[in-house]
Amino acid sequence: MPPLCFWRHDREYHHSSAWVATVNRLPIRTLAGFALLLAVGHAGAADKDLGREVAASCANCHGTDGRSRGAVPSLAGRDKGELVRQMREFRDGKRGSTIMQQLARGYTDSEIESAAAYFAAQKAQ
Amino acid sequence: MLGSRRDFLRAGAASIAASAVGARGSTPVSKVVVVGGGFGGATAAKYIGKWSAGSIGVTLIERGSAFVSCPLSNLVLGGSRQIADLTVPYEGLDKWGVRRITDEAQSVDPAARTVTLVGGATLPYDRLILSPGVDFIWSAVPSLNNATAQEKVLHAWKAGAQTVALRRQLEAMPDGGVFVIHVPMAPYRCPPAPYERACQVALYFSTQKKRSKVILLDANEEVQSERELFVAAWNGRYKGYVEYRPNSGLTDVDVATLTAKLDFDDVKADVLNVIPPQHAGAIARQLGMANANGRFCQVDFLTYESTVQRNIHVLGDAIQPASLMPRSGHMANQHAKVCAAAVVALLSGGEVNPLPVVANTCYSYLSDREVAHIVSVHRYDPATRTMSVVPGSGGLSPAANSEETAYAEAWAKNIWADMLG
Repeated sequence: MPPLCFWRHDREYHHSSAWVATVNRLPIRTLAGFALLLAVGHAGAADKDLGREVAASCANCHGTDGRSRGAVPSLAGRDKGELVRQMREFRDGKRGSTIMQQLARGYTDSEIESAAAYFAAQKAQ
Repeated sequence: MLGSRRDFLRAGAASIAASAVGARGSTPVSKVVVVGGGFGGATAAKYIGKWSAGSIGVTLIERGSAFVSCPLSNLVLGGSRQIADLTVPYEGLDKWGVRRITDEAQSVDPAARTVTLVGGATLPYDRLILSPGVDFIWSAVPSLNNATAQEKVLHAWKAGAQTVALRRQLEAMPDGGVFVIHVPMAPYRCPPAPYERACQVALYFSTQKKRSKVILLDANEEVQSERELFVAAWNGRYKGYVEYRPNSGLTDVDVATLTAKLDFDDVKADVLNVIPPQHAGAIARQLGMANANGRFCQVDFLTYESTVQRNIHVLGDAIQPASLMPRSGHMANQHAKVCAAAVVALLSGGEVNPLPVVANTCYSYLSDREVAHIVSVHRYDPATRTMSVVPGSGGLSPAANSEETAYAEAWAKNIWADMLG
């Protein structure tokens, strides 16, 4: 079994040399299990700190925790799937924008998922 | 009213969080002192309060009684904003448990981990966050190296009294006069701002003083940001009002005659606005932390800890940023949140985010109602231990437009609230 911290901090663990060392020592069957756990970890809400921190980088324009005080849309309390879909559409150039296409291309899928989960969990205005 | 009611409710939530912590272990265990209440320092103080839920004691040292925003301050020169519109009180930080002291940091003892204030108090810290902004290198403009000269030849590069005074000089200038702006060699605070300023002064001339003009003397070889957008404005809407002269390094000024002395030329002004070269604020330089060309502070981009002094972090315009990261209020706010998360993690036994991502957004006002943006996204690269622009991200507005003006205004309201609300 992976250590407990794997669930809580898969982001840190994933990128640490300890993770590489652990993976190199493991039999292939366990690795397949790891891959599944990684996928679950990235898609789930376990990584709340990543979501919180990526969401904080949006706050300058969209307001703290996504509660906007102006014409830039609020993100707090919005449906997670809708936010993820919109960001992917911006990134892929399928949704028109002034600035969001240029910004969205800077974020990974897991960052978008994590931030969307964070915003979805916030109370709206 | 809605805002104050919401703030009241939030304040209630903060008190509950604080008492829960109190029930667990009385007063906060760790102490963070933040020096400087600008875009970097105020944001760091708020977010450490927010993310530690009261378990870290945060003190903010700021000499000013209220925050005055540099972004949008060129609009005070243009006449479409008053300085009061850009002034935000510090009281909003109280609900995050931030202890505020109106004073100035005089010295730091890194071994004892204490900060001594001009007012005499000495504060202990576990982690110190310096967000001192920039000081001007007056020795580079010898005749301005005294207070009397600095009252006549203004910089208006720190918003507030200087901004208002420069607007008064502009209003008092006779029609047919010349408003000279000198732009220092990069790097300087906010790359597009000198060019935005030229547009705002030209806007005023184009409606109030049609025989006047702006001469923009730039020490650099070209416009440093959003070049095509600014040049289009000068050749279009402001044709005849703006003269741009690149490669115009300043050797000194003649204060009595308001003359800018260049390497091969003298330019006489009716209003002379010199933006002097800049370096990190004194408190950081005193500690030997300005280790990038003796001017700016190198930091670890995972934590914004100085590469010279342990337990001391630096934010905002005082740092030596990675390539293509501008010195801007927006960036300082982003540095602050990466730093706040790292400081909370370091003081509570957590793990520091190994791949922080930050973004920059600047809206420049080319008139009172047309703006253009420049945006970039930067992610930490573990191989080089620096921040790199994410390939394919970022860009500019294709042209100045009024569609984005409401977004620019929302940006200002939201970032001010993100640091102080």
